[in-house]
Amino acid sequence: MRDRIPTPSPPAPSRRRVLRGGLALGAAGAAALTVGGCGSTIAQGFTGGAPSPSRLNFWNPFTGGDGERMLAMQDAYRATHRSTELKSATFLWGNPYYTKLTLATLGDRPPQVAVVHLSKLPTLAEAGLLTELHSEDLARHGLTEDKFDARPWRKSQFGGAPHAVPLDTHPFVLFFRTDIAKKAGLLDGQGQLVDVDGPDAFIDALRAAKEVTGAWGGSVASVKESSMQFRLFWSLYRQLGGGDLVADQGKRVVIDTAAAAEALAYIRRLSQEKVIPANTDGKGAITLLTTGKAGFLMDGVWQALAVQSAKVKFDMRPLPRVFKDAPYACAADSHALVLPKAPTGTAQRLDLSLGFIASMLHSSKLWAEGGHVPAWLPTQRSRAYKELVPQSHYATAADGAVYDPAAWYGGAGSTLQIVVGDAVTSVFTGDTSPTAGAARMRRDLRELASRPAPV
Amino acid sequence: MATTTAPSPTSSRGDRWAGPGMLLPFALFYLVFLVGPLIYTVVAGFFETSLLKSGLGDFAGLSNYSAVLGDAEFWRTLRNTLWFTVLTTVPLVLLSLALALLADRFVRGRWFFRFAFFAPFVLPSAVVSLLFMFIYADQLGLAQEVVTWFGVETPPSWLGDPDWAMISIAAATVWWTIGFNFVLYLAGLQDVPREVHEAAAIDGAGPWQRIRHVVVPMLGRTTTLVTVLQIIASLKVFDQIYMMTNGGPDGSTRPSLQLIYDTGFVEGRVGYASTVSLLLFLVILFVSLVWFALVRRAEKEN
Repeated sequence: MRDRIPTPSPPAPSRRRVLRGGLALGAAGAAALTVGGCGSTIAQGFTGGAPSPSRLNFWNPFTGGDGERMLAMQDAYRATHRSTELKSATFLWGNPYYTKLTLATLGDRPPQVAVVHLSKLPTLAEAGLLTELHSEDLARHGLTEDKFDARPWRKSQFGGAPHAVPLDTHPFVLFFRTDIAKKAGLLDGQGQLVDVDGPDAFIDALRAAKEVTGAWGGSVASVKESSMQFRLFWSLYRQLGGGDLVADQGKRVVIDTAAAAEALAYIRRLSQEKVIPANTDGKGAITLLTTGKAGFLMDGVWQALAVQSAKVKFDMRPLPRVFKDAPYACAADSHALVLPKAPTGTAQRLDLSLGFIASMLHSSKLWAEGGHVPAWLPTQRSRAYKELVPQSHYATAADGAVYDPAAWYGGAGSTLQIVVGDAVTSVFTGDTSPTAGAARMRRDLRELASRPAPV
Repeated sequence: MATTTAPSPTSSRGDRWAGPGMLLPFALFYLVFLVGPLIYTVVAGFFETSLLKSGLGDFAGLSNYSAVLGDAEFWRTLRNTLWFTVLTTVPLVLLSLALALLADRFVRGRWFFRFAFFAPFVLPSAVVSLLFMFIYADQLGLAQEVVTWFGVETPPSWLGDPDWAMISIAAATVWWTIGFNFVLYLAGLQDVPREVHEAAAIDGAGPWQRIRHVVVPMLGRTTTLVTVLQIIASLKVFDQIYMMTNGGPDGSTRPSLQLIYDTGFVEGRVGYASTVSLLLFLVILFVSLVWFALVRRAEKEN
């Protein structure tokens, strides 16, 4: 043991050797990219090549409950299309999603299929980021006009040609607690809500619920959620026959300030008569309903599962027809599937993509469970959907669906929603009068319209 | 055989390139990710660059600059940003100094106070925002509950009232980021020699006088550093505001950086957004330079 010679430490690597090693590694990495170029999305991003023919990249903005059902729908596709390698990517909802989709398409690396809101479609289509669809191609996969709900189908057209395949309509609706409504005497023999249409009837119903809850009659996200206030205003404004807010893709302002002021005056009445709290955020509005501090909630259908998970007795119906001057209207939007414009036909993979879209529509029942009204009529008219409660109770709201005004600064989560929504909030809280609020909307929209359009 | 003392010509050539060679990787990153985008920003500001179209777009000349300078929203977001900077920098400098002085006095359990004040800084901004959104929540939040204990009948909507929203966000920011300044001050305190303390004590200075006339002046350099870092950080505020109020209510908390984000990414007007970001860059540069100039003059007078 004594004569054991200590092992010499390995010679320190020379700089040259380290450099050479690094270069070798880099080269190996580059080689891996080229060899495996077809399989890896990262490699595709670097080399710009088309993904392998059996691969289908799909982008969507669905997380939470919607995300879970979207995954289930993808599994259904995978089970029947074993040869296709479906790779789906989920991004955070809203503008980050659209930014990524836009940049990927501009950079010639788009996914084959993506989800968009139909309110965003005019801008994306005008910018030339979407592939125009042809009815004969769609028909080959069974996607014909007669199988779709008319409103979202019409909204999927741009310049007279389809640019998207609608998946659903998601309107702004009325949730209500059946136990509270019953105590307030608002339910008829079949458990249906008695007439709540008309400006006074709706407030009377809210007041009756308030007597029962001892706190509030109803709730709606009134602060911090410009989009929700936009939806409330937009529904009432359109029920008054107010028409559009802007025209010519947002370059001209056509708001009817008299109708806007009337809609705002009604919104102010809701908080002034203390049937709805004037300072509740989105989560607070739902909590007021689920904890029994409010009998009604005006919110989007996508909250159906959130309310359901609170395990309270509730039901849903279309937003009341507060004003009866014009056809029934409620703010809504739709999810739709589009083919972002690919650099080549091989990268587009039209039939593979359309086959995937058809499969998504066939899974519409799963999607409907999350609250969205299916645009696919075979599902919407099916027995299974009619038995889905409360989801089927508000399906008629889709017939009155009004989409956001078409403008490059409009659509889901847009500047238009924020500008209009902020004006609604200040009327709601009493900081601005309804007339001043309407004037403010007009002024702010004019300012937006005067900006140079990016499309 | 050359003598060992004489430097061989090859090794001296190698030495000459060793420094720049080692800098090269960082320099490359610096060029690609900082200088490059900065040049692009300057150029894009002169064009109607759009996120929805490739290329720079039509030449706009100075029209973006005149549009930004005439945009009331630009000035409002700048005011919001400066207001946030005032609301955070003042307490973040004064409070962190006070806390560091107090924590330094403890001999036993000093680690606990250091840990307690620094711990929030470790949290990501998303966690802090979520936490304070629960605290500030309307109707159900802790903050409203607490003020009602003190007899306030209708507590303000902390994040929903335009007068309170920025103050609420600033308070959350102070709680969250104070740890960093606190640590800088603690380090500064270690550098105050014991002898100075003892000499002052022998001369009859009480504890308060020692802090006021000995410790605080000796922390001058730390204070300069802390203030400048804090001002720059506050002028760049974005994430907690974006998550807690998204600039609302009614745009009252919208900082300049969000105007850049909204016009660039939401509306797709990259040219306009580039102009705003360049102007914000100049504002930050200007504020930092003025502050350094003031401090330098004060040091000279001393």
